[in-house]
Amino acid sequence: MLSRTADHLFWMARYTERAENTARLLDVNVQTALMPQSAEAAEQGWRAMLGISELLDAFEYKYDTITARDVLDFMVRDPDNPSSIASCLTQARANARAVRGTLTTEVWETHNATWLDMQEQLKGDRLERDPSRFFEWVKYRSHLSRGVTIGTMLKDEAFHFVRLGTFLERADNTARLLDVKFHGADHAAYEHPEDEAQLEFYYWAAILRSVSAFEIYRKAYRDVITPQRVAELLMLRADMPRSLLACMEEVLANLQQVRNDVSAETERYAGKLHAQLKFADIDEVLASGLHDYLTQFLDRIYVLGNRISRDFLVPLAA
Amino acid sequence: MPSFYNEMYTDNESVRRHYREFEAWLAEHDSDALARKRAEADLIFRRVGITFAVHDSDAGTERLIPFDIIPRIIPAAEWAQLEAGLVQRVTALNMFIHDIYHEQNIVRAGVIPAEQIFRNAQYRPEMQDIAVASDIYAHVAGVDIVRAGEGEFYVLEDNLRVPSGVSYMLEDRKMMMRLFPELFARYKVAPVAHYPDLLLENLRSVAPLGVTDPTVVVMTPGMYNSAYFEHAFLAQQMGVELVEGQDLFVDDNAVYMRTTRGPKRVDVIYRRIDDDFLDPLAFRADSALGVPGLLSVYRSGRVTLANAIGTGVADDKSIYPFVPDMIRFYLSQQPILNNVPTWQCRRAADLEYTLAHLPELVVKEVHGAGGYGMLVGPAATRSEIEHFRRRLLARPEAYIAQPTLALSACPTYVESGIAPRHIDLRPFVLSGRSVSMVKGGLTRVALKEGSLVVNSSQGGGTKDTWVLER
Repeated sequence: MLSRTADHLFWMARYTERAENTARLLDVNVQTALMPQSAEAAEQGWRAMLGISELLDAFEYKYDTITARDVLDFMVRDPDNPSSIASCLTQARANARAVRGTLTTEVWETHNATWLDMQEQLKGDRLERDPSRFFEWVKYRSHLSRGVTIGTMLKDEAFHFVRLGTFLERADNTARLLDVKFHGADHAAYEHPEDEAQLEFYYWAAILRSVSAFEIYRKAYRDVITPQRVAELLMLRADMPRSLLACMEEVLANLQQVRNDVSAETERYAGKLHAQLKFADIDEVLASGLHDYLTQFLDRIYVLGNRISRDFLVPLAA
Repeated sequence: MPSFYNEMYTDNESVRRHYREFEAWLAEHDSDALARKRAEADLIFRRVGITFAVHDSDAGTERLIPFDIIPRIIPAAEWAQLEAGLVQRVTALNMFIHDIYHEQNIVRAGVIPAEQIFRNAQYRPEMQDIAVASDIYAHVAGVDIVRAGEGEFYVLEDNLRVPSGVSYMLEDRKMMMRLFPELFARYKVAPVAHYPDLLLENLRSVAPLGVTDPTVVVMTPGMYNSAYFEHAFLAQQMGVELVEGQDLFVDDNAVYMRTTRGPKRVDVIYRRIDDDFLDPLAFRADSALGVPGLLSVYRSGRVTLANAIGTGVADDKSIYPFVPDMIRFYLSQQPILNNVPTWQCRRAADLEYTLAHLPELVVKEVHGAGGYGMLVGPAATRSEIEHFRRRLLARPEAYIAQPTLALSACPTYVESGIAPRHIDLRPFVLSGRSVSMVKGGLTRVALKEGSLVVNSSQGGGTKDTWVLER
C-alpha cells in the first residue's frame, strides 16, 4: 500500500476519534455546569478542558475571558482551532477523500455525509440551544464510521492503519481526560468540606459518563465511586473499551499486522508501553502520582505516533 | 440562430422512432414525481461526492455537475457509423504522432507545413526517435462530436492529452438505472460499465517490453484538481493505486512507488497530469507535482506513460484542420466523420474573413480548452465582439474561427419545464494493441437557453447516453 495512502487512513481515523472525544469532554463540562457551583468553579472547569487539550494559549490569544459560550464556539466550530470538532470532521473527510478509492463506498459516504450534515448541524444557534444533542450526534457519527469500517472493509493493511489511528488517538484522549482534574479542579476552592465530597462524586461520575462507563463501573465494582477505581477502570482494565490498556492492546495487535523491515523497534516500544499497563498496579500508579504517570504516558504516545509515521507513513529515503 | 436538429422530434413535431417508448413513459409520469426523482439524483450525487472543483472560485469549493434525467438516445445504425469514424480518426492520429516523432513522412510529402509542427509549443523534441510500446501515443482519446443534421456528425476537438469525463458517463448510467429501472426493460441499451476493465486491459497491453505482469497506477495532480473524483474513481474501479508525484521516485533507471513495505516497481502510469508537470528536471522546474527523472526512464522504454508525452501536437486547434488529410495520407481512406471548416487566423486571408464575419463565427484560442476565452458570435453583444476583435488583432496567430454550427438539441429539464438544449458527445476511444471503446460516451448539455457552450466550467450539465443495441 502507498505510504501516503496509509498516512491518510491513519489520520482520517485519528481525526474522527478526536472529534468524538472532544464532544465527550465538552458534554461533561456542559453537564457539570448544570450543577450548583460558583462562577469561579465553572470557569475553572472550562479552563481545565482547554488545558488538557493544550489549547489554553490559543484560546486566550483570541478571547479575554473564559465563558462557556466562547469555549463552546472555539471547541466546536472555530476553523482556526485545528482541534475543534468542525476542523476534525473536515480533516477526517479531506483525508477520506484523498484515499476514497481505498475505502469502501460506505466508509467514504459516511465521512462525506458527516461533513455535509455537520454544516446543517452548525447552522444558526442550534448548538447553543442544545449542545448535548449536537455532541450526541458527533458520537453517533463516530460510532457509525467505526462500525462501517469494521463491517465493510477487507481486513488488510488499510484496515489496520485505520484501526491504529483510532486507538492511538483514543489512548491519548483517555489519558488527557483522566488528567483533567490536575489542570483545574484541584485549584477550585470549596467553602465547605461536605460540598467538596459531593462535588468529587459528581466529578468522577461525570468522567465515567463521558466515556460511557458509568453503568460499566457499577457493574464491574458494585460499589461507590472512588477515584482509585475510576482510574483503574480507565487505565488498566483490558475489558473496558476506552481504557489505556485496551487501546494499547489494539495498537500493538494492528502494528504487528503491518510489520515491515524497519518497524521492529517501534513494535518493541509499543510492546513495552503495553506491558507497563498490563502489569501495573493502580495503588502504585497513584502513589507515584497520577499526573506524572499520565504525562509520561502522553509523551510516549507522542513518540510512538512519530515512530509509526517514520516507519510506514512518510518514509524519507527511498 | 439557425434552426437545429432536435434529437427527439422531427421538424413536424412527431416523435422520432427511437424516442417513442421514452415519450410514452414520460407521459405516464406526472411532473411532481419526476421532480422528486431529480432531487433524489442531486442528493445521491452529493452524498457520493461526485463533485468537481471550479476554476476562478473559492479554493476548495465543490460543485455538482447538473445531471439531466432525459437520456440522449443514439440508434444502433448511427452509432455504427460513429464508431467506424472514431476508429479511423484515432488510428490516423496515432500514426501521425508516431510519424512526426520519427520519419516525418507527412511533412516531407508536403501535406502539413513543417513550421505547423515544429514551431508548435506542443511539439516535444524530447520525443524524437523515442520508441513507445505498440507505437501508440494517444491511449485514451476523448473526441468531441456534434450533430448538425440526420447522420451528419462533426468532430469539434480530438482530446489526446488527458481527456476527462468518463466517470460521468459511468455514474450517469448508474443513476439512471437506479432511478428508472423500468426504462431499461423497455429499451435495449448497450452497457458501458465495463469501461474500467477495458481501460485496464488496454493499459496492461502497452507495458514496457518484457514485463509480463505489469503494475499499473493512476497518477493525479491531487485532490484539489477539478477531475480528482474521476482519478480516484478510475483507480478504484481498476483496482490499482492512485498516486501523486510525491509517491513516486526514480532509482537505477526505474520508477518506484513508496509503500508501507518499501519501494515497489511501477510499469505503466495512466497519468492525468499535463506534460509540463511530469518531471521538474525536464519540463517545468517549479512543478512539485511530478517525478524528477521520470522522462529519462521513459525515454529508455522502462516505463509507459499513457497518454504519451507530446500528443498535444496532434489535438492542437492549429493541427485540427489537417486531420482529414492525415486519414487520407496514412490510411488511404475517405474520412467518415466531418471536420468543421476552419479559418486559421495566422493566415492573412483567413483573418480578413474572420474579422469581417465575427457576428456569425465561433472564434477559439488555438491552445485554449474548457470553453474559456472563446467568442460565440451569434450569442455575443456588440461590445463583446469589439472587445474580442481587439484581442484577435493583437495576436491573430493564437486564434481559429469556425462557422457557428447548428448543434443538435435534446429535450432537457430546465426551470420552465422541458425544453430543447444544445448537446455534444464525447466518446472515449482506447488504443493499445487494438482500438476499442464502449458503446456510449458523455453527453454534455448547455443548460442556458440558446447557449452552445457545453463545458461544465461554463454551466453545462450531463445526460446519460444510450446507444441502442438494435
